[in-house]
Amino acid sequence: MAENGTSVSIQDLSLSFGAVPVLHTLNLDVAEGEFIVLLGPSGCGKSTLLNCVAGLLDISEGRIFIKGKNVTWEEPKDRGIGMVFQSYALYPQMTVEKNLSFGLRVAGIPKDEIAKRIARAAEILQIEPLLQRKPAALSGGQRQRVAIGRALVRDVDVFLFDEPLSNLDAKLRSELRVEIKLLHRKLQNTMIYVTHDQIEAMTLADRIAVMKGGVIQQLDAPQTIYNRPVNRFVAGFLGSPAMNFIEGQLEGGTPAAFKTGDVSISLDRYAFDGAVNGSGACVLGIRPEHVVFGEAANSMPFATDAAVEIVEPMGSDTLVWTKLGGRNFSFRVEAEKTLRNGDPVRIGFDPARASLFDAQSGNRM
Amino acid sequence: MQKSWRRRFHLPAVIGTIPMILVAVGVFVIGIGFSVLWSFTSSKLFPTYDFVGLAQYRRLWADSRWLVSVNNIWFFGLMSITCNMVFGYLLAVFMDQRIRQEDLFRSIFLYPFAMSLIVTGLVWQWVLDPNLGLQEALRNLGWSSFSFAPLVDANTAIYALVVAGIWQGSGVTMAILLAGLRGVDEEIWKAAKVDGIPTWRTHLSIVAPMMKGAFATAFVLQCVSVVRVYDLVIAMTGGGPGIATSMPAVYVIQLITVRQNVGQGMAAATMMLLPVLVVLAFSGIVIWRRNRLGGAEA
Ligand SMILES: Nc1ncnc2c1ncn2[C@@H]1O[C@H](COP(=O)(O)OP(=O)(O)O)[C@@H](O)[C@H]1O
Ligand SMILES: [Mg+2]
Repeated sequence: MAENGTSVSIQDLSLSFGAVPVLHTLNLDVAEGEFIVLLGPSGCGKSTLLNCVAGLLDISEGRIFIKGKNVTWEEPKDRGIGMVFQSYALYPQMTVEKNLSFGLRVAGIPKDEIAKRIARAAEILQIEPLLQRKPAALSGGQRQRVAIGRALVRDVDVFLFDEPLSNLDAKLRSELRVEIKLLHRKLQNTMIYVTHDQIEAMTLADRIAVMKGGVIQQLDAPQTIYNRPVNRFVAGFLGSPAMNFIEGQLEGGTPAAFKTGDVSISLDRYAFDGAVNGSGACVLGIRPEHVVFGEAANSMPFATDAAVEIVEPMGSDTLVWTKLGGRNFSFRVEAEKTLRNGDPVRIGFDPARASLFDAQSGNRM
Repeated sequence: MQKSWRRRFHLPAVIGTIPMILVAVGVFVIGIGFSVLWSFTSSKLFPTYDFVGLAQYRRLWADSRWLVSVNNIWFFGLMSITCNMVFGYLLAVFMDQRIRQEDLFRSIFLYPFAMSLIVTGLVWQWVLDPNLGLQEALRNLGWSSFSFAPLVDANTAIYALVVAGIWQGSGVTMAILLAGLRGVDEEIWKAAKVDGIPTWRTHLSIVAPMMKGAFATAFVLQCVSVVRVYDLVIAMTGGGPGIATSMPAVYVIQLITVRQNVGQGMAAATMMLLPVLVVLAFSGIVIWRRNRLGGAEA
């Protein structure tokens, strides 16, 4: 990525609505051709950040560069961006073709060039049969395609998506998700994509920026974010079913150990972020799919006996709830395994796959 | 068949609305029916049933006072509706900027509409009266050559009416159009901005077409108030100077009460009904076509 250079660079960006600060000295560099997903709960400032990049909001402080050019005070149309909105935002009284061409005609682009661009976009998005229809006569998925087409014909380097799939039903959403990914592979341009849906984020992103309260918590590749979350918020926000959190005590020494109730887990194999500094309250997080059960558990560095409490079949697999050190604890088994309430099970996991968080700050240890 | 009839006409609802239906049928249909009927008679002070065919209509269209009235209403209507729409839209755009004293401004703009036209008309009359209002005030301040008395000049009185009509009507238009404007999704504005479409162009080509319904509502309301314009004229000019600002509604009332010519008055009233019917028929066709198209699309 480094060889490609930077496409969008956000430097020390702050934004307040009146007296309410929404973004706080935020920094983000997006490489050329990269697919960045801004992920976070609703109200955390994702759309606000995207609107700042688009130039739809005047920022309070900081600078924004696109393709090396300072665009902080440029009009949206001069920034070389195209944007796709959650509500599609098509012009309802115009046909699809007019929706695609209107901005270009206003910009004074020659007619044959407009026709060429529309033909190309329509082919890529397979909306050729829809060109003469009005938005009201389109389905949600078709509307969103047209909205993407409107960004496409602008021939820009950076695409901005603000929750483009949130108004669609689950099936369409997964279809269009794949199409957006294919589109990115084909166009190879920079995309910044806002969503609160972790599946979209995991499947689409080259890198995910997890946001909370106007601050980027972690910016990393999806696998890193998933396996090595920097704090408890990120760990809990990603993953479904959610990560198990077990509160307990860190006992220093060699090797260090995690104690909760009468259970002690050796942290011999755990890769601490820094040096282990003494003892203290902490939280151990382990994802349900990293827990093994039955015979296999015995080969794990940590294993214990437990009893099945609740079984939740989810089709492709089954979530089993039990107790560890007196706390609720879930693990995932294949759907074929038949476990019943009250069955004794042996469960185990490798602490190397776990995450340890400081109880106070929530930061990874 | 029986069942669908029952479902559509719920008995208590029918009973409950019977008084309303009776009033509507009695007052409107019967009233209009008799107006039309008497317009074909030679009724003078009181209605009679001495039918004279179209004689009253011929006399009506030969009456210069009626011709002036018709001319006036066209002029007044075109001017005030056009200006009301333009001002109303501009005011709505202004109000949509999330200004701080929105409620205050809304009250100010709607105030003329809320007041009786007789009152606002009188206020206008006083302001424009050469001996009481603006002219006298400025002359008292020392500008002795100042002359501004539009109401007493036959050439300008109609303009004064138009201005008062705009003052009275643009507030409501603003309120209706503002509601329409607020209904436009904010993301449409953002999309247009990313597309590089200038604000005025966005209004003209994207937002205004989305507000067809609001414009139609405002337009129909204005048409109706133009056809009925009576109290404004009575309060400000009484139809004068001379017959310069006479309007059809004023003409009808004067024929019946002053000139005691019910037959010709009814002929004039029937003529006033025609444009209303045309507007109603037109809007009916538009709605019917939209329903049909909507059904075909869905
Ligand atoms: N125009 C605005 N005026 C005031 N506050 C706003 C405005 N737009 C957004 N906010 C606030 O800024 C915060 C971030 O909003 P937003 O960026 O839309 O969140 P997200 O897209 O992550 O759901 C929210 O708390 C929201 O209430
Ligand atoms: Mg949002």
